[in-house]
Amino acid sequence: MKQKNYIVGLAVTAALSTASVAQAETLRLLTWGSYAPEELIQKFEEEYPDIDVEVTFSNNEEMIAKLRATGGAGFDLAQPSHDRIYAAQLEYDIYKPLDLSKIDTSVMESTHLEGVKANTTIDGEVYAVPHQWGTSGLMKNKAMAADFNGWDDLCDSQYAGKTSMRLKRTILLGTAFAMGHDPFAAYSDLDKYQDILDEVSEKLIACKSNIKAYWQGGDDLSAMMLSGEIVASETWDSTAYKLYAQNPDIVFVPPETGALAWIDTFALPAKGKADDAAYKWINFVLRPENVTIMSGSTGAIAAVNGGLDLLPEDKKNAVNAAFTPADIANLKFFANIPPGVEDMEGKALEKIKAATGG
Amino acid sequence: MQGDVKRLSLILLFAPFALWIVLLIILPHLGMVYLSLREKVAPRVYEFGFGNYIDFIQEPIYWNTLLRTGSMSILVTVLALLIGFPIAYYIAKIAGRRSRGALFLLCLIPLWVSDLIRAFGWILLLRETGVISTSLQTMGLISEPVEFLYNDATVIVGLVYTVILFMIVPLVSTLDGMDDAMVEAGYNLGGSGPTVLRRIIIPYAMPGIVAGCIVVFMLTAGSYLTPILLGGKNSSWFTEQIYDQFITRFNWESGAAFGFLLLAFTSLVVWAGLRLTGQNLANTVAKN
Amino acid sequence: MNDAVEHDLECTGLSKHFGSVRAVDDVSFRIPKGSFFSILGPSGCGKTTLMRMIAGFENPSDGDIHIKGRSVLNIPPNKRNVKMVFQHLALFPMMNVFENIAYGLRCAGTPKSEIPQKVNDVLERIALPDVGNREIHQLSGGQKQRIAIARCMVLDPDVLLLDEPLGALDLKLREAMKIELKLLQHQFNTTFIYITHDQSEALVMSDNVAVMNEGRFEQVGKPEELYHKPATSFVAGFVGDSNRWAGKVEEISDGVAKVATEAGLSMLCKPQAGVVTGAPVSIFVRPEFIGAQRASEAGPPDANSNALAGKVDSVLFNGANSRILVRGPSAELIEADVVVTGGTSDLRPGDAVQLNWAPEQAMCYAR
Repeated sequence: MKQKNYIVGLAVTAALSTASVAQAETLRLLTWGSYAPEELIQKFEEEYPDIDVEVTFSNNEEMIAKLRATGGAGFDLAQPSHDRIYAAQLEYDIYKPLDLSKIDTSVMESTHLEGVKANTTIDGEVYAVPHQWGTSGLMKNKAMAADFNGWDDLCDSQYAGKTSMRLKRTILLGTAFAMGHDPFAAYSDLDKYQDILDEVSEKLIACKSNIKAYWQGGDDLSAMMLSGEIVASETWDSTAYKLYAQNPDIVFVPPETGALAWIDTFALPAKGKADDAAYKWINFVLRPENVTIMSGSTGAIAAVNGGLDLLPEDKKNAVNAAFTPADIANLKFFANIPPGVEDMEGKALEKIKAATGG
Repeated sequence: MQGDVKRLSLILLFAPFALWIVLLIILPHLGMVYLSLREKVAPRVYEFGFGNYIDFIQEPIYWNTLLRTGSMSILVTVLALLIGFPIAYYIAKIAGRRSRGALFLLCLIPLWVSDLIRAFGWILLLRETGVISTSLQTMGLISEPVEFLYNDATVIVGLVYTVILFMIVPLVSTLDGMDDAMVEAGYNLGGSGPTVLRRIIIPYAMPGIVAGCIVVFMLTAGSYLTPILLGGKNSSWFTEQIYDQFITRFNWESGAAFGFLLLAFTSLVVWAGLRLTGQNLANTVAKN
Repeated sequence: MNDAVEHDLECTGLSKHFGSVRAVDDVSFRIPKGSFFSILGPSGCGKTTLMRMIAGFENPSDGDIHIKGRSVLNIPPNKRNVKMVFQHLALFPMMNVFENIAYGLRCAGTPKSEIPQKVNDVLERIALPDVGNREIHQLSGGQKQRIAIARCMVLDPDVLLLDEPLGALDLKLREAMKIELKLLQHQFNTTFIYITHDQSEALVMSDNVAVMNEGRFEQVGKPEELYHKPATSFVAGFVGDSNRWAGKVEEISDGVAKVATEAGLSMLCKPQAGVVTGAPVSIFVRPEFIGAQRASEAGPPDANSNALAGKVDSVLFNGANSRILVRGPSAELIEADVVVTGGTSDLRPGDAVQLNWAPEQAMCYAR
């Protein structure tokens, strides 16, 4: 034997178990924190003993990033906001069309349903239906900032060092509205939108010295607001409602130019494996008795008929304290984000963060 | 035959390490290089090119943030060394055998909780209505609440606190190996305290110092939560921009390019640091 | 105090207490200029503590240390002109030989231009002229030893302390280094204080030896004094080999004591200070003073001498230092030096022998 043959196979037997799981089916939810209260999961699993619910909490951006990484695999039901589906689907192909016949759409509030359908229809196929809606706007401590009522009041020097905002796209849009622009209309003309963004950035850079800090999440915002370190802030309505329960002086303020409204939806990831279970979950959480539990946890309003009335008592009071019917009529629903806008907005936000305004 | 068996077992021993390096380090990085060299021209349409790197060079915000991250990381490394060295010296040379374990454990405690909890701990202490501000007011040292949060100094304090253990551990292990007689000989031959420190202890501890500094610098430059949560309105950190590129802007291509630039930049700083101090990896880290 | 200057080192009433432990207990001595002085004692006797006090690493609890007539109590270790060769030498591994030697010169502020000359001089004196550029790990054990000494000697110290520096060497090298150390000391003509637990090192090299036990000096003297005229039973037992019996004095007459040993033998010996009739004593007899004869050739025992009958248990051949072990009447083993010629007359195991030694070679001490 002249030479020994080493056939050292670094045998990596990739045991990709494709064998279908015989036992319980798993429903893998990709959703927002608080959008899957333990109470509801237990109730659901009691009703459908052969389904296990697994929850991953996330946000709009991470949902898209996660699904993009796997081409839409790994989850069976996602809950992005209505404006974040169209472009993501066009660009990354991460969702599959819904079979509306399997969803009890009759319980849904028709304006929201039609709105979401219009926003998420591609080639005649519907990709999402509404679940919960809410607003982004402002909150104030009435005792300390009585006159605070518009986006631009965040930059009012009488509240210097006592306001906060999150450095994300919401504040760009809100400020644009406050400056008299309609950013959603400008989505169709990105050059014009860039002009608006430039103007908004300038304003927000000038405003930096007025801001105490940019908040990162509900927890730090709540702490600053409750301790009185700040008297007003840009906020999610649900955060404001929670604080209202602890201090009735803290109320949600729909800005004069209209609160920005979002609808969180149900959408099926392209490679989801438990569509039936997903439909079961959708119909399950839309039932009136479950809607109350869900809204109690999320602080948002269910997009079902009479959704406002199904809110738990304290949340209902908080909403009524904040909104007049005129405010509701003045809601500005987030428009579909066309490709490229995220990049433009990202650049504007970086510019603001990097500017040494004070 | 004997030789073959030996070689085979050597290969088998080496295989897990090689697999780990290849599958978890080299392949993902190759993927990142590939990704970073793709330019997005339209939805689902990409072209090969250096556009993402050119964007970085053309945008001062990006490289300013990278330089800021780098210089603050160097500052954190220096502070961690200045604070960690006496601690390590105390643990290795002065503390008794029994208290040594306890002291080591004390240094470990910050690692028992997650980054997030640690950052919130600092927030509780330092905020305007937090523990420090309130107690200073009670003691009458300050008349109005003071905000200690949301500035670069806080970020540095938080980072030093987080990484100092990684400075202390290698230092303790090198100093531990130093014969006490070495220090005494330093004095005995006429050296003053500073001379002994400069000519005996520090050169002896150099492998530990270099290892600790490299680890601390890399960890700091790559940290995310602490600078984000403790930082103020102007405190950008490069990892935050990488995150933004990947997650909020869906721009994986430029995120990958940024990731690479961070890796290249930190490697460059480490190389320059080794060069300036006349050390090399072989006789410091490897020896350690 | 002209007299003090003749002594490089003088300690008076020196003590060091660690809690209730008296590591060094009221030790006084002076060391003449340029001599080789050893402190010999078992481990834990306090010799290292004593040396660390001289070097300045420990502060005495009591007493004073004078170097060249000046008290050094308030002088920190780096300002004392006392240099030390450490047990494991403590050469600096991150510096080469040249830098190791130059370290002390730099600390002392020697002008830069003079340093190479001085280092080369000292390297030449220790007969290692070309090792300046070597790294420490490239040196042999003996070379390291010499560098460690050169590193101190280049500073021209008043006193050089050596803390068992030969302990780590192998036997052969140790023997060679003993002689070399002695030669180096002559050459530099500096006072060496040598700490050791190895009596042969102390006896071979020293001008004077102090035997230390439990924090005190038992005896200070020339090596031959310690060997032949030990002042205490500890010294007698610690320095050199001895056969040892315990017993009780029955009577003392004409400077000779008659002792009944615990094993029931009767022996004559030379009583040391403090030995009185009826006192318990220890008797020490060195092997070289015990003569062994075949029982068949021996005459009748001399009443004025000591004689024991026994049987050779084993022969320990070691050239000129050969020795036999004899099983005595009370079953103890007695060592006696013999000449082993290799001829037929040599004693062999099993031979019946008679051991004889003179009473003046049997030293007895009160216990």
